Amino acid sequence: MSEQHEEAHFCRPTGQKIIFSDAIAAAIAKVRQKYPDSQGAVLPALHIIQKEYGHLSYEAMRFVSHQLRVPESDVFGAATFYSLYRWKSPGRHQIQICHNLSCSLMGAEPVIKHLEQKLGVREGEATKDGRFSFIRMECIGRCDGAPAMLVDDDYHGNLTPARIDEILKQYA
Amino acid sequence: MEKMLLKRVDIPNATDIDVAVKHGAYAMVPKAFEMRPVDVVNEVKQANLRGRGGAGFPTGLKWELCARVHGTLKYLLCNADEGEPGTFKDRFILHQDPHLLIEGMIIAGYAIGAERGYIYLRYEYPKGVGILEKAIEQAYAKGYLGKNILGKGFSFDLSVHRGAGAYICGEETALIESLEGKRGQPRIRPPFPASQGAWRRPTVINNVETLSNIPSIIAMGSEAYASIGEETSPGPKIYGVSGHVNRPGAYELPMGTTLREIIYDHCGGIRGGRKLKAVIPGGASTPMLTEAHLDVKMDFNSLVSAGSMLGSGAVMVMDETVNMVNTAYVLIRFFAHESCGKCTPCREGTSWLYQVYHRLMHRQGRPDDIDLLLYICDTVKGKCFCPLGEGAIQPVLSSIKHFRADYERCIKTGECGQA
Repeated sequence: MSEQHEEAHFCRPTGQKIIFSDAIAAAIAKVRQKYPDSQGAVLPALHIIQKEYGHLSYEAMRFVSHQLRVPESDVFGAATFYSLYRWKSPGRHQIQICHNLSCSLMGAEPVIKHLEQKLGVREGEATKDGRFSFIRMECIGRCDGAPAMLVDDDYHGNLTPARIDEILKQYA
Repeated sequence: MEKMLLKRVDIPNATDIDVAVKHGAYAMVPKAFEMRPVDVVNEVKQANLRGRGGAGFPTGLKWELCARVHGTLKYLLCNADEGEPGTFKDRFILHQDPHLLIEGMIIAGYAIGAERGYIYLRYEYPKGVGILEKAIEQAYAKGYLGKNILGKGFSFDLSVHRGAGAYICGEETALIESLEGKRGQPRIRPPFPASQGAWRRPTVINNVETLSNIPSIIAMGSEAYASIGEETSPGPKIYGVSGHVNRPGAYELPMGTTLREIIYDHCGGIRGGRKLKAVIPGGASTPMLTEAHLDVKMDFNSLVSAGSMLGSGAVMVMDETVNMVNTAYVLIRFFAHESCGKCTPCREGTSWLYQVYHRLMHRQGRPDDIDLLLYICDTVKGKCFCPLGEGAIQPVLSSIKHFRADYERCIKTGECGQA
């Protein structure tokens, strides 16, 4: 439905040689201990890589497959199912802004339009200076402070165009 | 009513175990350990606690089915994938009083004989991960988790599993698939999770709010607990109110509080003194109600009689300025996005509904679009693999039922609310 789902390029190798660090391999081995089999660690392993690189890639999925000895098809299947694994390089700060009902009732659409104009990019794209990217979200569970968004891990509620301007200034 | 679920959320630093313990956390663990596991199960059964995630299944019965299986590893899963639009009740417990949930899980694990627990947390609560992990670490350090808890012989390990943005994973069998590292698509039932769940082991899956009720049941006893609120579904309930009310928020009230009391007494009425138009009483997948339903009691059975459902208790309030075609459009956009693709009626039905709403919202509605929407709903109704499809058609059916005039005006004049 949204643009982030129209991406198909994640199935292809990027052609770059990506070396995943020993620290990432160790973190994956550690999280593996929390599950009775290695497939259980697929989602957390993908989270570890996304946290480090900001997004996943073909190479990342193969790496997880090899580290956990889970078939590539299973890792690819899981990684491409969930909407919050990302495939594009996001901005330094990721904005996740809600457009579901409670936020929409409280004026999310004009706020999102303002954000879009202010950043000058479409959903999922990074700004020219690489500072921000934004995606629309389906309910972030902050309906009591609607309209709401997350910037990285921080929650901001009761948004207005003016508040958006104020908030963006806080992120370098 | 004295608060049981949100009693510590306003205490500063209640995420810290010392503060939480000072205010009563974990006091019910030794008390539960004095009882036999089967007695704990019976206590919860007699308390008539019903699952707070949406379906309202009797918790004690769920536990009993799992507790009966002996001699195998079992799992206790906490469903913290709070994704139903409008729902934010569990957020307060997860972020501000995680020890209440952990205490409930230790007692639940003891009752059903599960020695391994996971909290399946939605991705959209990024702060929750750190808060829960720190709380779990502290609980290990104080001997409430791990081997031989309080020297009573029961062991319980707990960790957080983070989702990755999929509403469907709130469905219990999809949650299990996702925990196992797979695509979050629901499984056929039977076998039910109580006999074959996570990694094919007997598994109980309970909502955050359900598990957070357990310490209170142990503290006051089933009889006193069952006398709170409605007889058929007793206990406290967190109603999360959003939309056009003056004071949106989470309100812990006795189960069965009327919609009118919630909106007008607790939430200060409709903003700007406007008229109420519609209420969604339990999250996006529950049918809309109107002003005529204000005196309905907000409990499982009463809402079914009124033609809706309690769901997660997420009350979304809309005033007279709202166009219901737009409301249904926003919700269908959500369901079409979140349909997991496993079964055809839901996958195709939700996308088709979205296409029709999309053209309605872009002033391209056709005279027979209302009939078309109803026809599509009919091809979805009762034919889906899991409750997602059934939930998806509720906003369509109920908005057409109560607000057909909005649709007619939309088709005739192109006026459908904001696009």
